[in-house]
Amino acid sequence: MRTLLSALAIGIQVVLMLTLVGVSEGMLRDVAVRSRGTGADILIKPPGSSILTFSSGAMPEGIVNKVRELPHVAIATGSLVHQVGNAFDAIAGINLAEFNQMSGGFQYVEGGPFTAPDDIMIDQVYASQNNLHVGSTLKFGVSWHVTGIVVPGKMSRMFANLKDVQDRYSAINQVSVIWVKVDAPKNIPAVVEELKNLLPDYGVWSVEDYVSIVSADNVPMLKDFTRVVIGIGAVIGFLVVFLSMYMAVLERTREIGILKALGASPGYVMGILLRETVLLAIAGMIAGIVLTYFARAMLTRFVPSFPTVMVYAWWPRAGLIALAAALIGALYPGFKAARQDPIEALSYD
Amino acid sequence: MTDGAIIEAHDLTKVYHVGDVDVQALRGVNLRVAPGEFLSVVGPSGSGKSTLFHILGGLTHPTSGSVMVQGRDLLRMSDADRTDLRKKTVGFVFQKYNLLPTLTAEENIEIARDIAGRPPRPEQFQGMVKLLGIEGRLHHKPRALSGGEQQRVAIARAIVNNPAILLADEPTGNLDTQNSQVVLDLLRRLNHEFHQTILMITHNPEAAAYSDRIVHMRDGRIED
Repeated sequence: MRTLLSALAIGIQVVLMLTLVGVSEGMLRDVAVRSRGTGADILIKPPGSSILTFSSGAMPEGIVNKVRELPHVAIATGSLVHQVGNAFDAIAGINLAEFNQMSGGFQYVEGGPFTAPDDIMIDQVYASQNNLHVGSTLKFGVSWHVTGIVVPGKMSRMFANLKDVQDRYSAINQVSVIWVKVDAPKNIPAVVEELKNLLPDYGVWSVEDYVSIVSADNVPMLKDFTRVVIGIGAVIGFLVVFLSMYMAVLERTREIGILKALGASPGYVMGILLRETVLLAIAGMIAGIVLTYFARAMLTRFVPSFPTVMVYAWWPRAGLIALAAALIGALYPGFKAARQDPIEALSYD
Repeated sequence: MTDGAIIEAHDLTKVYHVGDVDVQALRGVNLRVAPGEFLSVVGPSGSGKSTLFHILGGLTHPTSGSVMVQGRDLLRMSDADRTDLRKKTVGFVFQKYNLLPTLTAEENIEIARDIAGRPPRPEQFQGMVKLLGIEGRLHHKPRALSGGEQQRVAIARAIVNNPAILLADEPTGNLDTQNSQVVLDLLRRLNHEFHQTILMITHNPEAAAYSDRIVHMRDGRIED
């Protein structure tokens, strides 16, 4: 039972790491998918804005007109993405005609496009997570009336008319991201260069470059957060194995005495405990991977807006971290066992 | 080493420090055991016979005097040397059998070879388990074996590396009369047929009678 619980605890350490990495990676991949879903070739963000979200920062809407004047620019449209509710919910104010022209248009599962100033469209994920339908009301400081439910994958999970979002959230004539469609893919690099010259302090990327740089390593806060959680996981693993092996050494005092009476060296006794620890860590790793699938299923079921993926590259990394923590945890108990006096150990009942 | 002696002790003492109190367990033991001898050490509880057993087996170090086992001076041995002595030179049989509960009888015997770093020798192994009458019980764990069977497995484990000396501490202490007789017959057979040197500690005169020679211990000394 002790062994089973120890393996399970090591498994939880692995679950922590794999789920966190899976959620981070899943969300970043989702950002990538939704960026591509706009149909744009280039995006522009205001100076100092976060790389991860479209909602941070604001720039004058007038810039959109300047962008439109550049050679090879076929479409340029501004969006104001306003964060509402929790950190992951945002309403994208869009110019529907321009956005449709660029992205190929929304696919409606239910209802239709917004028309009135308080109309809003939401995607299927957000609708199912919050049990919303056409006609439902959303309150984010002001009330919104759901007119349509669309297939996900285009920039945001909620859409309303740009002017109405600007008016209702006091961001008159401001946008937070500009999407640009170029007349031919071969002209994308040239337009990016032009934009960088035109807007020197702004973030200007081709969508493909943006997608490639949106990774956990390029989001400093996420990187630090991941490190902290992995560190906590490793400490849990260390403590679990330490206690487990300490108990094992106490429980097996007599057995260790027998081995020493038979001529087992401290290294031999230590070797047995370390081998057992490795097996425990492997069992924990397997349990952790199985439990991560379970955690992913739970997240998908109850929090579908948290797109979680299984990052296979992290299996060996999480396994090695768990193994290292377990081996460090086994060192002191192993040392104690190895130094056990055989006579005292043999008289132990 | 005196010619012919496999164990030779002179003025052997052992003092245990228990808190602030010194307990003199051995007070000058003189003992000589010839190769191939079956010797019984008889004495009441607290006479020091277990301490002598522990010193001769390299489980603890003596305080003073001299003690040679197969030409090696135990007083000058490091912990590693004593581990080596237990691995290669002496085999132990305990009153409580001391088998590893998670291993089968066969694994309990084989682990002694593994610790000694010696590969298994199936032919020798089969001959030995046949001699001990445990060939049909090898795949059982200790809890499925009778006391007599467990002690025979323990004897097999003690002799599997062909030790120069077999140390048996009250080997029949937990057995009924019938099983005691089987174990003592086996020890005598090992001694007679294979010239195994055996040093047996017992407080039972009937068990001691199986040996070639009996020495008595009292108050940390061997009585003449």
